[in-house]
Amino acid sequence: MAKRIDVSGLSAYYGSHRAIDDISMTVEPRSVTAFIGPSGCGKSTFLRTLNRMHEVTPGGRVEGKVMLDDENLYGSGVDPVAVRRTVGMVFQRPNPFPTMSIFDNVAAGLRLNGTVKKKSELNDVVEKSLKGANLWNEVKDRLNKPGSGLSGGQQQRLCIARAIAVEPQVLLMDEPCSALDPISTLAIEDLIGELKERFTIVIVTHNMQQAARVSDRTAFFNLAAVGQPGKLVEIDDTERIFSNPSVQATEDYISGRFG
Amino acid sequence: MSNTVTARRPVADSAPLPVSLKQPRLPRWAPAGLAAAAAAVGCGIGLAAGLESRIQWGLIAALLFVLGTFLLAAAVEGTRQAKDRLATSLVWICFLLAVVPLASLIWETVARGIKVVDGYFLSHSMGTLPDAMAGGGIYHALVGTLQQVGLAALIAAPIGLLTAIYLVEYGRGKLAKAVTFFVDVMTGIPSIVAGLFVLSVWILILGFGPSGFAGAMALAILMMPVVVRSTEEMLKLVPNELREASLALGVPKWRTILKVVLPTSVGGIATGVMLAIARITGETAPVLLLVWGAKTINSNPFEGAQQSLPLYVFQQWQQGSDASYDRAWGAALVLIAFVMILNLVARGIARWKAPKTGR
Amino acid sequence: MNSAPSISSAPPPPPAPPAASPVSGSAVRPGDRIFLGLSRGSGIALLVIMAAIAAFLTVRSVIAVSGDHANFLTYFEWTASGTEPKFGIAVLAFGTVVSSVIAMAVAVPVAVGIALFISHYAPRKLASLLGYVVDLLAAVPSIIYGLWGALFLVPHLTGLYSWLDDYLGWTGIFSYADEAPRSLFTVGILLAIMILPIVTSVSREVFLQAPKMHEEAALALGATRWEVIRMSVLPFGRSGVISASMLGLGRALGETMAVATVLSPSFLINTSLLDGGGGTFAQNIASKFSEADEFGQDALIASGLVLFVITLLVNGAARLIIARRKEYSGANA
Repeated sequence: MAKRIDVSGLSAYYGSHRAIDDISMTVEPRSVTAFIGPSGCGKSTFLRTLNRMHEVTPGGRVEGKVMLDDENLYGSGVDPVAVRRTVGMVFQRPNPFPTMSIFDNVAAGLRLNGTVKKKSELNDVVEKSLKGANLWNEVKDRLNKPGSGLSGGQQQRLCIARAIAVEPQVLLMDEPCSALDPISTLAIEDLIGELKERFTIVIVTHNMQQAARVSDRTAFFNLAAVGQPGKLVEIDDTERIFSNPSVQATEDYISGRFG
Repeated sequence: MSNTVTARRPVADSAPLPVSLKQPRLPRWAPAGLAAAAAAVGCGIGLAAGLESRIQWGLIAALLFVLGTFLLAAAVEGTRQAKDRLATSLVWICFLLAVVPLASLIWETVARGIKVVDGYFLSHSMGTLPDAMAGGGIYHALVGTLQQVGLAALIAAPIGLLTAIYLVEYGRGKLAKAVTFFVDVMTGIPSIVAGLFVLSVWILILGFGPSGFAGAMALAILMMPVVVRSTEEMLKLVPNELREASLALGVPKWRTILKVVLPTSVGGIATGVMLAIARITGETAPVLLLVWGAKTINSNPFEGAQQSLPLYVFQQWQQGSDASYDRAWGAALVLIAFVMILNLVARGIARWKAPKTGR
Repeated sequence: MNSAPSISSAPPPPPAPPAASPVSGSAVRPGDRIFLGLSRGSGIALLVIMAAIAAFLTVRSVIAVSGDHANFLTYFEWTASGTEPKFGIAVLAFGTVVSSVIAMAVAVPVAVGIALFISHYAPRKLASLLGYVVDLLAAVPSIIYGLWGALFLVPHLTGLYSWLDDYLGWTGIFSYADEAPRSLFTVGILLAIMILPIVTSVSREVFLQAPKMHEEAALALGATRWEVIRMSVLPFGRSGVISASMLGLGRALGETMAVATVLSPSFLINTSLLDGGGGTFAQNIASKFSEADEFGQDALIASGLVLFVITLLVNGAARLIIARRKEYSGANA
């Protein structure tokens, strides 16, 4: 079910400020692609253009094309709501809905779409999603408790369960582990390895070891100077990027010479 | 695929996806177009049925707009989008519903008041002018309002300020809790009840007559909790590190409060006090009970009835002649301008002297 | 790193603050003592004023009620003078509650709508301008609303009222005999317009504080704008809206001048809300005061005490609701 993403000539703006400039890349289906780069290089902004979340920010606007298989996300007549439904997202800080129970959090997206009508069917999907997020065993006895009562790592997995419950084609993750402790991080990383069999996954991370551990391909972003737009320096197999990158700047960044 | 549970393992099969990202959508001009059409039809119906009230025309148009948007969107875009559009159109209608009367209020006051307000109006009292005759002015009311509000502020501002300092800097334990609770209670006192209280003590029990000072006491009661609340908020914004830095230098606490805490928050406190003044300036009910109103200038707030701007508006309205209505609008304009200027200055100060925390 | 703030956040009560004592030995600085005395004295003064208000209003009310030759709570007339004064608050309580309920029913949904308009629908520049204007409108004195209501709103409502009469007259509530509509319903509408800015202003504050991350969570699930609001903004803002409404209700209950100018009072309970008549506590005090003798003033004070108690209950209820809903504030996420 996973789809290929093909980006060509994409620039994103905040008002008149250009945040990322002319990016083209291909993201393979059923693989994990990691975005790395120094702070402010636009990797998160770029990620948010992939499900049209960027335009939610006041003044946010995008030029260029993002093809999901053969459909342009920014084509005329495309409904951003349908895009976000197809391209799921997990955020930096775990953000379960505080007024909803664990069950309702996972079911939230399904209820919106109204595709799952029967209670038993809903139960099935919630269970499957929580299992898919490796959370089922920890919460199966307290599905009706508020989601905000879970630990940070559990909350983040709850958010992943919520995102995969609507069966997206692509899963975007914006530094999903940066607010978590090492053990929770490990659990999420294991989970990413399992999820890539079903979804196309794009993950932004500050942690280069993490990128090396979880991703198949890695894209390195950089910016010429503060205030300049971010650019894609190179994208390649993770192994190549970390052993023998073709651009000097990538090697400098990876070996810790800047950033 | 079969219906057995095992066959559902690849979850994707159980929840069919929208085939395409493209959904049928109404054109971007649709809401505006519908709004125009609804307005036109609303006016049409209004004219045809001979409805005399414009309020009805507006309501018909609004109803048509909301219904039309919902039905059209439901037909073209589906229920979810239709609900979204319904919410959007309702929110817009709410906005218009509110703008119309409030704009009308300001417009009427300015348009009718501006014809009356001139130098003569501002510098003369009513004197012995018969009510139905044009002329006269609000000088006595201005004097009264300034004195009453000034006295009220002189009583309420220090007490309110010190109470807030007590609550934030010293307040622990039962007394502080009681004060906090009763400040909340005091915030909810209707202005006429504050007037009745001063009436019962000052006039009924102590036997004084009406005076500007009596009114000022009631206004002070209304002003105090507002000052306490806003000052409290501002003092809480002062970072603790500042206090510690000063205390660590061996500066006594009272000097720390006077030299460090208050100067840091002075902008916000001034804003709060000015907004409270603006609020009590427009109070009519306690003034009606305690100051009574007068036609001539009485510049002694401690003796005898006085006039005040809001009370002047009320009494001129009560006279019920065209000339007195004009004067009521004129005084209303002056009152609104006074309150607005106070507000604008207060907010200006708040922006200029914004607390130095965060941005 | 938490040790430093904790020292200052819990200083030993009245005795000298920690930093001062080592320097000056055990003596408390006179400056500190004076300052503490002053500020604590102000707090106590505030308590004394509140106690005095309750005490004096009660004393005068007892005088009035014990001299009342009718049941104070249920009697319909108000003749608080002569040898056999008879007065009761039944009509006033009815009018106060009905007009305030109408005001709330009209104002709260509209205010929530405008607050959402400002916080989530309007373009940004328009939104900040509107927020500013709403705050200014909240400061317009009530007497001006009263003047506008009496001279502008009332004449414009006749058409609407005969229309309501035509279609809803059968309910009995909306029957209308063609006179000037100086009725409780008009009062309710005017009160609604008056409390609109304050309810909007508080609700908008709360909606703007709704955490962005929950809105983004809903958006990323493919929620429409309305669904985002329903899932993340309204649950977060609910307690704020309730407290805003109670604030507005408190104002509506105690409003004097706007009611006194618009209503044509009478001591009747009229089931048709569109027809004139009825009264409210505050309005009755204002309009009866000038002709009242000392006993009559006591009687008015007694009705004022009832109003005071009602507003206290409303405010208390608001605070209870907010306290109970705190766990849902979402601030912990």
